[in-house]
Amino acid sequence: MVQQTVVDETRRPPAIVAVEGVVKRFGRFTALNDINLSVRAGEKIVLCGPSGSGKSTLIRCINHIETHDSGRIVVDGVELTDRMGDINTVRREVGMVFQSFNLFPHLSIVENCMLAPMKVRGLSRAQAHERARGFLRKVRIHDQADKYPGQLSGGQQQRVAIARALCMQPKIMLFDEPTSALDPEMVKEVLDIMVELARDGMTMVCVTHEMGFAREVADRVVFMDHGAIVEEADPETFFRAPRTERARDFLGQIIH
Amino acid sequence: MFAVLFEPTADGQRYIDWLLSGLGWTLALAFFGWWIAFAVGIVVGIGRTVQNRAFAALARLYVEVFRNIPVLVQMFLWYFVLPEILPTTLGNAIKQIPPPWGSFFPALICLGLYTAARIAEQVRAGIEALPKGQTEAASALGLSPYLTYRHIIVPQALRLIVPSLTSEVMGIYKNTSVALTIGLMELTAQARQISEATFQTFTAFGAATLIYLALALIAYQGMALIDRAVRIPGTARTDDDIAPNLAEDIQQAGALPAGMEIAK
Ligand SMILES: Nc1ncnc2c1ncn2[C@@H]1O[C@H](COP(=O)(O)OP(=O)(O)O)[C@@H](O)[C@H]1O
Ligand SMILES: [Mg+2]
Repeated sequence: MVQQTVVDETRRPPAIVAVEGVVKRFGRFTALNDINLSVRAGEKIVLCGPSGSGKSTLIRCINHIETHDSGRIVVDGVELTDRMGDINTVRREVGMVFQSFNLFPHLSIVENCMLAPMKVRGLSRAQAHERARGFLRKVRIHDQADKYPGQLSGGQQQRVAIARALCMQPKIMLFDEPTSALDPEMVKEVLDIMVELARDGMTMVCVTHEMGFAREVADRVVFMDHGAIVEEADPETFFRAPRTERARDFLGQIIH
Repeated sequence: MFAVLFEPTADGQRYIDWLLSGLGWTLALAFFGWWIAFAVGIVVGIGRTVQNRAFAALARLYVEVFRNIPVLVQMFLWYFVLPEILPTTLGNAIKQIPPPWGSFFPALICLGLYTAARIAEQVRAGIEALPKGQTEAASALGLSPYLTYRHIIVPQALRLIVPSLTSEVMGIYKNTSVALTIGLMELTAQARQISEATFQTFTAFGAATLIYLALALIAYQGMALIDRAVRIPGTARTDDDIAPNLAEDIQQAGALPAGMEIAK
């Protein structure tokens, strides 16, 4: 088992993700430069910023798909380090949705959703099947359960990817530009699911440039540029009156 | 022209019986050798791709050694050299194994391990052709490296390499003919024996050639059937349950690399 390091007992609700002074380099290139971010249980955070600013790298560090070079990342009370016993005890609590869906093409839709609950959570086939059915219904795709990913549209695949992550009953969901690879007419069906998820109280960190979504659900918008967090504000303030020049430029670009 | 095959031999059989007996040994060698090659090849091929440096280096060494020594030399090493370098009692025991098993087992191990090195490289190529997102998605769900290989990577990699495995299947049964050099009376050896007994060289080797060709055709058809059987629904262009307008999304999904297209 992993050493449980409890942080921030005093603040309420406690931070479920704490990122402190995190630096990440790729060779000599610094992708994340002294990032500090804390996400409380139930909070919804929208991460935005120009391409290459380090958004993906940051959320990939949060579930340790990338390893940070210095600083501390504590997720659900467990500090992520190279020496930690079993990273998967943390990862199973953190769901992730990728821009390119990354469904398992050789497994049917329902099997995509059943694999991890069975192999990682130890559910029986019947339990996993029932849970998968439930979440596939939630993302309104239960009538396609026995198809294969290659037989679904992009929007449908992304909804399956969300259901697959939810089947692990994670405490946090990370989204990395979940609608960027979709045709415009499919963006809404995915965003609708994400809005519902937010209403259900899920803790969410979303990299997205969908400003309508950010306005509707985000508690905070975090703006990144060149590997650093440049601005952090509630959506209304951020969109109406961004404090920094860089945020203004960025908003100017994505609105047109 | 093949009439001579049905003439009686000195030992009371017909020449065709010699050929069929040879065919039996060829098939046995190819069949059991294949399963050794497949099992070892998968393990070594996976080994080539794992993070563990020592394991990866060992797998690399295996491939370089077994792939680069000529099969004929390997055959001699297993048959003539191995009993000499083992402890005397064990070496003598091996030499005591009665024919044809004394030739069959070294030939089996030789072909199995040689073909395994070739399959290992195919497996590695298949694994490396998979999109990185597959491993990342598996990790993000909390699957351990073992579970990721077991349920995500290997099943997809094997599907990808079915076409290139076809040539390995053909390769192993063609290489069985090398076993005649250590005294196994397989198909080619029997053909030569018929040719020597009857002086009908053309008939004897013509018949063997036709049998090899028939085997090639069967292997090819068999692998094509397997390819079709394991094909992932929704990845075949001919699959008519995909609406044409979805084709683009399926491409975008990056579900399978371009290799899968070739795999068809
Ligand atoms: N594996 C990697 N190797 C080298 N450089 C990388 C790697 N991943 C990301 N980068 C670099 O880090 C920077 C931030 O990337 P990323 O986090 O993907 O940005 P964003 O998601 O904000 O567009 C980019 O300049 C990118 O080129
Ligand atoms: Mg990105």
